[in-house]
Amino acid sequence: MPDTTAVLTCTALKKSFAGVHAVQGVDLDLVAGECFGMLGPNGAGKTTTIEILEGLTELDGGEVRIFGHAPGDVRVRERVGIALQETELPDRLSVVECVRLFRSFYARGREVDAVIKHLELDEKRDARVAKLSGGQRQRLALACALVGNPDLLFLDEPTTGLDPQARLKVWEIVLAFKAGGGTVLLTTHYMEEAARLCDRLAVLDHGRVIARGSPKGLIASLGAAHVIEVITSPALDDAALGALPSVVRVSAKADARVLHAADVSAALPALLSLAASRGAHVKHVSTREATLEDVFVHLTGAGLRDA
Amino acid sequence: MPDSSPSSSLVELTRMRVLMFVRDPGAVFWVFGFPLVLAFVLGLAFRNRPPDPMHVVVADDPALAAQLKADVTLAVDEAPLDDARWKLRRAQADVLVYRSGGTVTYRYDETRPEGRVARLAVERALERANGRADTLSSADEKVSEPGSRYIDFLVPGLIGMNLMGSSLWGIAYSLVDARKKKLLKRLAATPMKRSDFLLSILLSRLVFLGFELVALVAIGWLAFGVAVQGSLAAVAVLSLLGGLGFAGIAMLIGARTASTETAGGLMNLVMMPMYLLSGAFFSSKHFPDVLQPFIKALPLTALNDSLRAVINEGASLGSQRVPIAIMAAWGLVPFVIALRTFRWQ
Ligand SMILES: Nc1ncnc2c1ncn2[C@@H]1O[C@H](COP(=O)(O)OP(=O)(O)OP(=O)(O)O)[C@@H](O)[C@H]1O
Ligand SMILES: [Mg+2]
Repeated sequence: MPDTTAVLTCTALKKSFAGVHAVQGVDLDLVAGECFGMLGPNGAGKTTTIEILEGLTELDGGEVRIFGHAPGDVRVRERVGIALQETELPDRLSVVECVRLFRSFYARGREVDAVIKHLELDEKRDARVAKLSGGQRQRLALACALVGNPDLLFLDEPTTGLDPQARLKVWEIVLAFKAGGGTVLLTTHYMEEAARLCDRLAVLDHGRVIARGSPKGLIASLGAAHVIEVITSPALDDAALGALPSVVRVSAKADARVLHAADVSAALPALLSLAASRGAHVKHVSTREATLEDVFVHLTGAGLRDA
Repeated sequence: MPDSSPSSSLVELTRMRVLMFVRDPGAVFWVFGFPLVLAFVLGLAFRNRPPDPMHVVVADDPALAAQLKADVTLAVDEAPLDDARWKLRRAQADVLVYRSGGTVTYRYDETRPEGRVARLAVERALERANGRADTLSSADEKVSEPGSRYIDFLVPGLIGMNLMGSSLWGIAYSLVDARKKKLLKRLAATPMKRSDFLLSILLSRLVFLGFELVALVAIGWLAFGVAVQGSLAAVAVLSLLGGLGFAGIAMLIGARTASTETAGGLMNLVMMPMYLLSGAFFSSKHFPDVLQPFIKALPLTALNDSLRAVINEGASLGSQRVPIAIMAAWGLVPFVIALRTFRWQ
């Protein structure tokens, strides 16, 4: 039976590094069995936040409780699995040696070979870390995180730099962990990943949570489920575009105007007749559903990956 | 499925360190191969030869030469006078002998001990050949003290040098490398006992120290006949203490440093003076007296001197209290500071 008790709460988290305010008052709460995502551009403070929660970074202010204890408490470390943003496991050890090493730290972990099989590393069981591909390394990092049989998993950008197939495997592993009742806190740059894995999200920027909610809820908060991108020559003015039926917002993206519309069937014919009446030639028009990316652009004025 | 019988993390951490080392061919060569090569090369270069004969050149006098050739301690050469003088000048001969009228003349360089000795030996040989009898009865007793050859001096120095190099590289470098690669940080996030991690460093050093010591002592003994005059247990105890001393220094270097370049520089800064001053290749007694207290306080000096006392002179462990105290201090003080200041990231 899934319980809804708080696994992790943190309030008013603050951390500065020599004048850089990396985290400026972050509140989070995770309930058992959910996957919680932190989204944000480079330097938003995701890694700093997660490493405070892992007990690796001292906090300057705020309060954190994990399973009722302070972060870094050995009772917490026993129940938490971690994959840092960047860890190089010893090149000269084999896969099974690494997993066995990590297994030895936990009082009640999982069986080494079972974890290796679960992460589809059995073929590479005796291969040296130096010889693994990026995706295999990431799965090994997850194996080291899972072998302690954790109740809570911290994953800092678990799929950055992986190809789509390797990413898919990582997603499966995370979803399987969740299906087994585990709780996950992950950070990511990928909207698709956040949408696929996370029950709830917090969007971070400049060390602050600027929006939070479920992926669907965040998209709905745009007030318009659809996006129309149009390029005309000459360009149409934003005032006229914004006055079109059901359009709630107009923005620019390179040559294109981007219209957020609640109802495409009303907005699109009106857009085309506006162009015709102005004598503007429509070079491109496309429609799609709004995504988290649009939420992000709307909130921060910048794309996730180029912020 | 939970697995409730894991191996101990101390064992696993030690195993990790041992495996990482033995799988690094470069490190294995520098720790094991290089000192052995060095022992061989230096041992061959400085091995003891039979005593050199004294070189005599006889000018234009075959009869005189024949008398001298009867003495096996003399190497006799014959030449015309001009050539013979030239040989003497070039130190190809220690003494030139010629006869004019009834007088035998010895020509030699008084400032060269070889010259003076050769003159006496030649004179004695000629006098005996011409009938002089010894008036005292005498006997020769030739000695070669065990442990007095250069290779006897060298082998303990190589052991000391090797323990220093392998401890520093094996500990300091690997710590800094693990910190740089965020492995220390990752370990710190597990419930791993920090004391297990630090203990595993010492344990894995102990394993290697055993191998290094056995290899060097065995090579010294089998290849060069360097016998351990004192007890093997004393050698082991001193090496262990020396190893701990270097481990303390290595932990201190590795406690906070985050770049392997900085660590390399610090290690050289520590090791260079000791290579030069601590008497690995030649006795540190050649350095000026003002430096001696400083030199004696270095851990490598303490290790080298005490190993030499035990290996070459058969000294007991009890007689080595001062070097033992010095090594123990080097093991303890930096280690405690390192523990206090250690950084996991
Ligand atoms: N150890 C540190 N010393 C100084 N500044 C730091 C340190 N760690 C992080 N910062 C700064 O704090 C800010 C937040 O960094 P953080 O690593 O938390 O960002 P992030 O959201 O994880 O970014 P990314 O997506 O690139 O991983 C950045 O401006 C960074 O430069
Ligand atoms: Mg980060």
